[in-house]
Amino acid sequence: MTTVESEATTTLQKGFVGQNVPRREDKRLLQGEGLYFDDVKRHGMGYVHFLRSPYAHARITSIDVTAALEQPGVYGTLTGDEVAILTDPFFQIAAEPGGNVRDYALAVGKVRYLGEPVVAVVADTRERARDAAELVEVDYEPLDVVVDARKALEHGAPVLHEECGGNVSYSGVWEWGDVDKAFAEADHVVKISELHFDRFNSTPLENNGALVEYNRGTGQWTITTNNQFPGFAAIMMAPALRVGTDKLRLVTQDIGGAFGNKITTHPQLVACCLLARKLKRAVQWTEWRTEFHQSMSHCNERWFLDTEVAVMADGTMTAFRSKALDDTGAYLRYEPLGGVIWSQVAAGMYGWRNLRLEFTQVMTNKAPCSPNRGYSRMQHLWFTERIIDIIAHELGFDRVELRKRNYVQPEQMPYETPNGCVYDSGDYPKALDVVLDLIGYDTVEERRKEVASRGKLLGFGIGSTLDSGTNNFGQSQLVNPELQFSGNNEVATVKLDFFGEIVVTLGTTPQGQSHETAASQVVADILGCDVDNVQVRAGHDSYWNSHAGFSGTYASQFAVTGLGAVKGATEELASQMKTLTSMVFQCSADDIELVDGFARMKGNPEAALPFMALGAIPNMNNAGFPIDPPPMNARYVYRPPFDVPDKERKFGNLTLTYAMQIHACVVEVDPETGVYEIVDYVAVDDCGVRVNPRIVEGQVMGATALAIGAAMFEVFAYDDDGNLLTPNFYDYHVPHTLDMPPLKTGAIETPSPFTPLGTKGMGEGGGGGIHCVNAALQDALQASPGRAIVTTSHNPYHRVWEMLNHPERFREKVEVISK
Amino acid sequence: MAATPTSSQVVTVTVNGTAYEREVPARRLLVHFLRDDLDLTGTHIGCDTGSCGACTVYLDGVAVKSCAVLAVQADGAQVATVEGLSDDELTPLQQSFSDHHALQCGYCTPGMLMSAAALLAENPSPSEEEVKVGLQGNICRCTGYWNIVEAVVAAGKGSA
Repeated sequence: MTTVESEATTTLQKGFVGQNVPRREDKRLLQGEGLYFDDVKRHGMGYVHFLRSPYAHARITSIDVTAALEQPGVYGTLTGDEVAILTDPFFQIAAEPGGNVRDYALAVGKVRYLGEPVVAVVADTRERARDAAELVEVDYEPLDVVVDARKALEHGAPVLHEECGGNVSYSGVWEWGDVDKAFAEADHVVKISELHFDRFNSTPLENNGALVEYNRGTGQWTITTNNQFPGFAAIMMAPALRVGTDKLRLVTQDIGGAFGNKITTHPQLVACCLLARKLKRAVQWTEWRTEFHQSMSHCNERWFLDTEVAVMADGTMTAFRSKALDDTGAYLRYEPLGGVIWSQVAAGMYGWRNLRLEFTQVMTNKAPCSPNRGYSRMQHLWFTERIIDIIAHELGFDRVELRKRNYVQPEQMPYETPNGCVYDSGDYPKALDVVLDLIGYDTVEERRKEVASRGKLLGFGIGSTLDSGTNNFGQSQLVNPELQFSGNNEVATVKLDFFGEIVVTLGTTPQGQSHETAASQVVADILGCDVDNVQVRAGHDSYWNSHAGFSGTYASQFAVTGLGAVKGATEELASQMKTLTSMVFQCSADDIELVDGFARMKGNPEAALPFMALGAIPNMNNAGFPIDPPPMNARYVYRPPFDVPDKERKFGNLTLTYAMQIHACVVEVDPETGVYEIVDYVAVDDCGVRVNPRIVEGQVMGATALAIGAAMFEVFAYDDDGNLLTPNFYDYHVPHTLDMPPLKTGAIETPSPFTPLGTKGMGEGGGGGIHCVNAALQDALQASPGRAIVTTSHNPYHRVWEMLNHPERFREKVEVISK
Repeated sequence: MAATPTSSQVVTVTVNGTAYEREVPARRLLVHFLRDDLDLTGTHIGCDTGSCGACTVYLDGVAVKSCAVLAVQADGAQVATVEGLSDDELTPLQQSFSDHHALQCGYCTPGMLMSAAALLAENPSPSEEEVKVGLQGNICRCTGYWNIVEAVVAAGKGSA
């Protein structure tokens, strides 16, 4: 079913890094002893239920909580009017016009999407909180609704945020090279009038929530939650609550998946903070599945309009120009960073040097968007893969050869893209060859005939993609030059405890990415001990002072930032251990090595100190040293090497590493119904040095499954009134076991020259599955009359039926002009 | 049977061999009873439509979704949850999950284990297809299921 073929080129360290060390997270999770936020209780805590808007767009004319407050067991309520007095609006990343959005913890004056929280009710049981919320009377004056981003731009469209003067949050022109010249010289111009990346998200199985406590004596809140980016949450929440960031203690242990969808919960967390303070008791909020679908973190829905591609006679793509229209839903929060983050992969995997994208982001009466696995790069990489696939079919090029011709080549690495990003390493043609071998590419045409004899259409597709990791937050200045964010960081501490136990803390917030295991492997290799002797504290806690402004787990960076911090702290500790040992043995620190759990003199293994001795000395037994014995305690902040990008030219290195995945699949389409299934699937990844190959493979598999879901089954569909038609798992089909195709995986390793361990972050993946399933579908349709092209990322069977029966609706979107 | 409707009731539920007597609102879901009243938080909630299987427990030996059962329906019954699968050492099925990297965030895992253990009790050496059919009611967002299916098949072949 799955095979792993590894073509590892180098591993930088011997020992535990590079091995499939068993996961230390597993035992507690398998025994049901994980600690997720909803598992934590406080005596007397109140349960929060949010009353949410039934309208996609309306003025709130009155709110009456009297009846709710009279119910037995109800502790209190919170409305937008109170929020507007007690807090300041959340900081906006956008410059004008988007920067004028006023975003609060609850709706203030208006609701702008169905499901927007309006009133919070707190009671002694979950059931009573829900019942009481039904007694709250809210009067609304419905307003016209806009759910189509193209209509949101029109003069006279309903405006969500009057302060913005319209629905645009951000717009900018991104252009590099000489686009006009490239088009003038092109042998072919391929025009695609419309492509649409559909709205979905990763629906982590655990929803959002928090247990919030307020210490009245110190003014400190303790927030036990599953927010995956505590640095961002604190930066957003503290100014709103008018307190310093240290008054917000953010605690996580186990998180039930996140995939980016647990970054923008700060509005609900602020509501809970206000309630905990107001009601003088701990409050507990657990989001329901339907609430999550209606209100949380949809992926950026993006149109690519009026695309034109310049192609030479031999298939070399030299330029594209397009208009990206990004539909970000009703509020911004993490946006409009999506307006710049795509440019980390502006060129995709291809070598073209002349690119132009007019990027406009609009707000609509739908759930607010925020990062979703592959955030903003996935949409753009899908765009480049649709382009190359459509070009191949329209101009008659072989899709493998066309990719190889246009790929950035391994000898060009490290490669500077037209906008100054640096692809650190990679061998795309080699990875593609591994894919073709694993899927049996040379048998595809034979299989096509066999499938046709059964009355079906076979399709073969490739989806190649990048996973850019370790952001330079300086790119935020490319959407708003006034911002004061740049660079990136992560923090770790490593110490020898009183009796020599090795204890590690991280600033990250893992949601299944095995940070405890991976960190222990790095530490064990440096300290020369067994991986089981390394204790890594589970989760995140701001009290540990092991975090900085960018701490969290997002954007494919742990293997670089988190492990970079661990490596730095451990090397510092190792140096302290050698120094202390040299003080005891009265020799040079250079004479000491750390081997088998001892600090010992090179060439004289009898002269050795166990870690227990080293831990005890500074902690309990530190007299008699002429200078201070080192404390056996190290804190390290990993900072990737970045400059602030050039805002004029929108040029500079925006991300440190570029992992890569190439996916391929074979589909069989029933031409009568449009129903199709994936019958074979291959995914090959390259994330540089793999600290734990099986964990890497697990991430690749997870990304594959999410992408298959997005391509075939999952979409957030809205009607014209702004009602979400797929508000929970009844209608939003998350793939299950029977939906998964047979899978083979493979890997190559091209180490990154830029990172402490040669690793590259890789957790997101880049949506390769969406690209290849779309490509396979289009390939199958080449055999159908009309030869429809695939123009949307999500293609359920009824869309395929439409492509089979009304291909003109799709073909009219593509035009080829040749010299 | 009560002559007048009541909004709460005292129930006695035996969970993992221990009997608990509690007063519960009539509308309380079994999953909330287990998690909130009995502090058995290993059983998880992933949806609100009975679709995801994260809440799977055994009710008198039958695998059920505890979000679709009322606590009062479990009055007098034997319930088994993930906490009851093992004492300190992992069972062969649990070990197989770890060996095959069949869990990442762990949130679906208790439900997966309960469904898989029920399957194996009925069919000790299932094929890959039988495992997929048996687990189709359990959603996972992290793993893509391939390693989970492998783990259950391997646990099946290994069992006596």
